[in-house]
Amino acid sequence: MRRRHLAAGLASASALAALHFKQARAEVSTILNVSYDVGRELFTAIDIAFVKAWKTKTGQDIKVDQSYGGTSKQARAILEGLQADVVTFNQVTDIQILHDRGQLIPANWQSRLPYNSSPFYSLPAFLVRKGNPKAIKDWDDLTRDDVQPVFPNPKTSGNARYTYLAAFAYGLEHNGGDETKAEAFVAKLLGNVPVFDTGGRGSTTTFVEREIGDVLVTFEAEMHGVAREYGDAGFEIVLPSMSIEADFPVTLVDRVVDARGSRDVSSAYLEFLYQPEAQEIIAGFGNRVRDDEVAKAHAGDFPAVRLVTVEQVFGGWGRAESEHFADGGLFDRAFSPGRQR
Amino acid sequence: MRPDMPGRPARVGDGPVARRVLIGLACLLTLAFLVAPIALIFTQALAAGPEGYLRAITDGDTLHAIVLTLTTAAIVVLINMLFGLAAAWALSRFRGPALLLVVIELPYSISPIVGGVMYLLLYGNQGLFGPWLAAHDIRLMFTPAAIILVTLFITSPFVARELLPLMQAQGIDEEEAALSLGAGFWRTMTDVTLPNVKWALLYGAILCTARSIGEFGGVSVVSGNVRGQTNTLPLQIELLYNDYNATGAFAAATTLTLLALATIGAKMLLERRRTA
Repeated sequence: MRRRHLAAGLASASALAALHFKQARAEVSTILNVSYDVGRELFTAIDIAFVKAWKTKTGQDIKVDQSYGGTSKQARAILEGLQADVVTFNQVTDIQILHDRGQLIPANWQSRLPYNSSPFYSLPAFLVRKGNPKAIKDWDDLTRDDVQPVFPNPKTSGNARYTYLAAFAYGLEHNGGDETKAEAFVAKLLGNVPVFDTGGRGSTTTFVEREIGDVLVTFEAEMHGVAREYGDAGFEIVLPSMSIEADFPVTLVDRVVDARGSRDVSSAYLEFLYQPEAQEIIAGFGNRVRDDEVAKAHAGDFPAVRLVTVEQVFGGWGRAESEHFADGGLFDRAFSPGRQR
Repeated sequence: MRPDMPGRPARVGDGPVARRVLIGLACLLTLAFLVAPIALIFTQALAAGPEGYLRAITDGDTLHAIVLTLTTAAIVVLINMLFGLAAAWALSRFRGPALLLVVIELPYSISPIVGGVMYLLLYGNQGLFGPWLAAHDIRLMFTPAAIILVTLFITSPFVARELLPLMQAQGIDEEEAALSLGAGFWRTMTDVTLPNVKWALLYGAILCTARSIGEFGGVSVVSGNVRGQTNTLPLQIELLYNDYNATGAFAAATTLTLLALATIGAKMLLERRRTA
């Protein structure tokens, strides 16, 4: 019964997507976008553009309310009743939980929008001190005895999970897919980290303000924030030979939009993220975008990097979580010997 | 007791060198741990110039956060004064409800975040009463109501705890006298009981205000962080800081600091009156 209901919902959603909000009418005057902790400036800029676009297309005034926080906490709040019409996260697993724990969204939420419902992406990259005194070029440099990398604890930070997985993928590639050797590679790298903060912002402070470590590993997009806050005089961005695609997944919260009658405008909001106007804004904040034209225009800011995905190397986030990050998993094994040295 | 008083046995720290070292150390620590951080807040807030500061302070969401925080504090303090008075009165007049005292003091020892999580587990959609509330279309969590509830929980001991020792010490003689002279319950309350405890009541209210304005952990759990709606001042500061908006964060922090300094000032004034 529920499945049929969902199927009907999906059908109407895709029909609406086809209509592309020309005839769509909002029954509500506000929608709530629940987002990740450092997304405020980006989505503030996007919302202004969307409000204008929606007004032009439909003549209606709409207001986009915003909530920011760590995505695990945000997901929990939505499960407990926070009335999110749309979520825009930086973690796939924290959206998946809305299905697994609360049936708030259908199982196939990720296939409802292009690029696995991820309108933009970023990748773990290196920020080194000016002139790159330690000549850090690639992941294997982070395992050198004279190099101290800084990134948050992968147990508490989604950002650092990508870093860990990227390093692991590099270790696999350079050891002919030998998982034991990749594990040793990552263990060596983890052992070099002088301090693990709980989140990306904490590690940035450690590296930039407390001047600890030789290289900060974080999202490329985050580095543009560093440049804005601290000026880019003291640092350089280094892109490794390969990295992992970090998605920024989005979805409607079906239960909420159906109860509030906000499905039209909420879908329109998410589709807007894929349009050149929004993609331009998104690229301006240091994220890599999907739209070819916009990507081409910003090609100078985003040199080409070979990217793997969690899907390809680790069989999706579900498996990566259970094999690597669950208690007693590969991460714990790689982490403990590294700490003892 | 002054150190040069005759007949008093010598103590460690009485020597001129030791005294100077101790005083110097105290001053140094005060400077390093109290004055410097507060000074830093203000210099950082003004780093972008007075216009930058003004712009940060008058940002719509920050203003809303200030209003929400003050409204919450006002409601919470009012309720807590009534509750604290009733609780302290009952506890000092009747024997037995020692259990009540334990319950009242519980929020002191529970971490605020646990308080927030408890409310979420009770009234959230997946909580105990959540489904019933949802069925009746009552939304409590992630609204200002939830913020008020949790702050109320966390600050509930402040007034009661301030009043209780005083009321116990004063006993019931004056009230009995008033009653025997023919005053009714309310007359006794307004003419005898309240005037006797008014300073303690105000003192408790001030502590309660300071605590509720600064509350972060518990509120953070039930707020939903919707800016311009359920973001209190401490939450707004965290948000701005995470956003690489140092000026905004520190500017918001100055308002919180000023509010705190104002309550401390009021507290000191009160203490002087109480002891005078």
